Amino acid sequence: MSIAEDVLAGRRYALSRVLTWIENDTAEGQEALRALFPHTGRAHLIGVTGAPGTGKSSLVNRMAYYYRHPPEGEPRRVAVVAVDPSSPFTGGAILGDRIRMRDLAGDSGVFIRSMASRGALGGLARTTAGVVQALDAAGFDLIFIETVGAGQAEVDIARLAHTTLVVEAPGLGDDVQAIKAGILEIADILVVNKADRPGAMATLRALTEMLKLAHPSQETIMHHGQRMTAAAGVRKADAPLWVPPVVKTVALNNEGMDDLAAAIARHRAHLEATGEWQVRDRVRLQTELENMLQEALMQHWRSRVPEGTYRRILEAVFTRRLAPADAVAQLLAADAPRPKNLPT
Amino acid sequence: MTERRIRVLIAKPGLDGHDRGAKVVARALRDAGMEVIYTGLRQTPEMIAEAALQEDVDVVGLSILSGAHMALVPRVLELLKQNGQEHVRVFVGGIIPDEDVPRLLEMGVYAVYGPGTLTDDIVGDIRKAVLGAETAGA
Repeated sequence: MSIAEDVLAGRRYALSRVLTWIENDTAEGQEALRALFPHTGRAHLIGVTGAPGTGKSSLVNRMAYYYRHPPEGEPRRVAVVAVDPSSPFTGGAILGDRIRMRDLAGDSGVFIRSMASRGALGGLARTTAGVVQALDAAGFDLIFIETVGAGQAEVDIARLAHTTLVVEAPGLGDDVQAIKAGILEIADILVVNKADRPGAMATLRALTEMLKLAHPSQETIMHHGQRMTAAAGVRKADAPLWVPPVVKTVALNNEGMDDLAAAIARHRAHLEATGEWQVRDRVRLQTELENMLQEALMQHWRSRVPEGTYRRILEAVFTRRLAPADAVAQLLAADAPRPKNLPT
Repeated sequence: MTERRIRVLIAKPGLDGHDRGAKVVARALRDAGMEVIYTGLRQTPEMIAEAALQEDVDVVGLSILSGAHMALVPRVLELLKQNGQEHVRVFVGGIIPDEDVPRLLEMGVYAVYGPGTLTDDIVGDIRKAVLGAETAGA
């Protein structure tokens, strides 16, 4: 029996080993992924991002528990991939997301895997997509992918997940933060966690206002004391519009989980009704392919340019004799295939 | 190409609430380039074995200051074995009476560290245990 068959049969240690191989980008890992790939595409991938300290891990813990013990219907199998940063200096990492996920211990319908970002900057590790594929093939119905949570540009998750939750908490910024580009734009669902804290209403209001700007609809407003009707923004009349809901939660007290689960279910129904589910699936696979291609091309190119040439051009940049853009042009030219049968 | 990283689970089984030592060791291992999964306080041996399985770690470090090591450590070793992870090296740190150390080593614990241990020694031992075993096996 191959290890991929063990994974499909639900053997947990086989799955865990395969995840390690995928992370280390080994030949065994690639072989396992090749065998598992036809079995992927079934799981609902839910991204969870947001600033550090907004309670992403606690929220994932409660949500996973909710899906394991739903008020109605069958329990769902849940996997969690939690990414934490690697040190840029030593490559080491402390992966602490499990601390908040102890309610899930002892449940064989749950699988939690911590990943270090290993130098990647977009909030995920380079191999997170592969790890998610293996968990998908292993038959988990829902896969939560928790990002590093460090930045405002952490948007890779939107290309990986079907549904992206952006988690906010009171007191982390003014309303201009809420209209900045990037992280909020990728939200399918906005979560205001720690909603029992002071300032929760202000955060909720700022996010709701931001959403109104992003998704205009006809509304009556009071402007300088006069009642005015604002025109709706331009949009295709036939496509049902998804306006990201704002959901209040208090993960520590287990409040708001049913609302959040309902919002996730509505988003999934929306994706399926509009064909967006398939679109996102394709975007994800295309992104993955392009990332791998980029890396392969880079390696291929590096293996063809003599180290001496590279050093020489780099030195010219160091001494300000060559601008970086010109250096790139020269390096690419250095790799140009020489015509055959000509003296070099 | 991503290189192989040593993965370590640092866990605190049992009921004592002192995790300074565990955190110091976790930090030292991180600074040595290892990936450290830290699970927090009051873990049962079952929770520790489950985390070791899901995270596919090379090493489990147990921090125990409560005196319950002779009950907790054999249980963790047994569960690791049951899960097919008998190759995982187990280290114990904390307050362990001298006479218990040989008994723990006999059970299969790789090393026992008391107060005053240099973190460099722990790092060196883990590297030797994991990478040494691999070169020997290859």
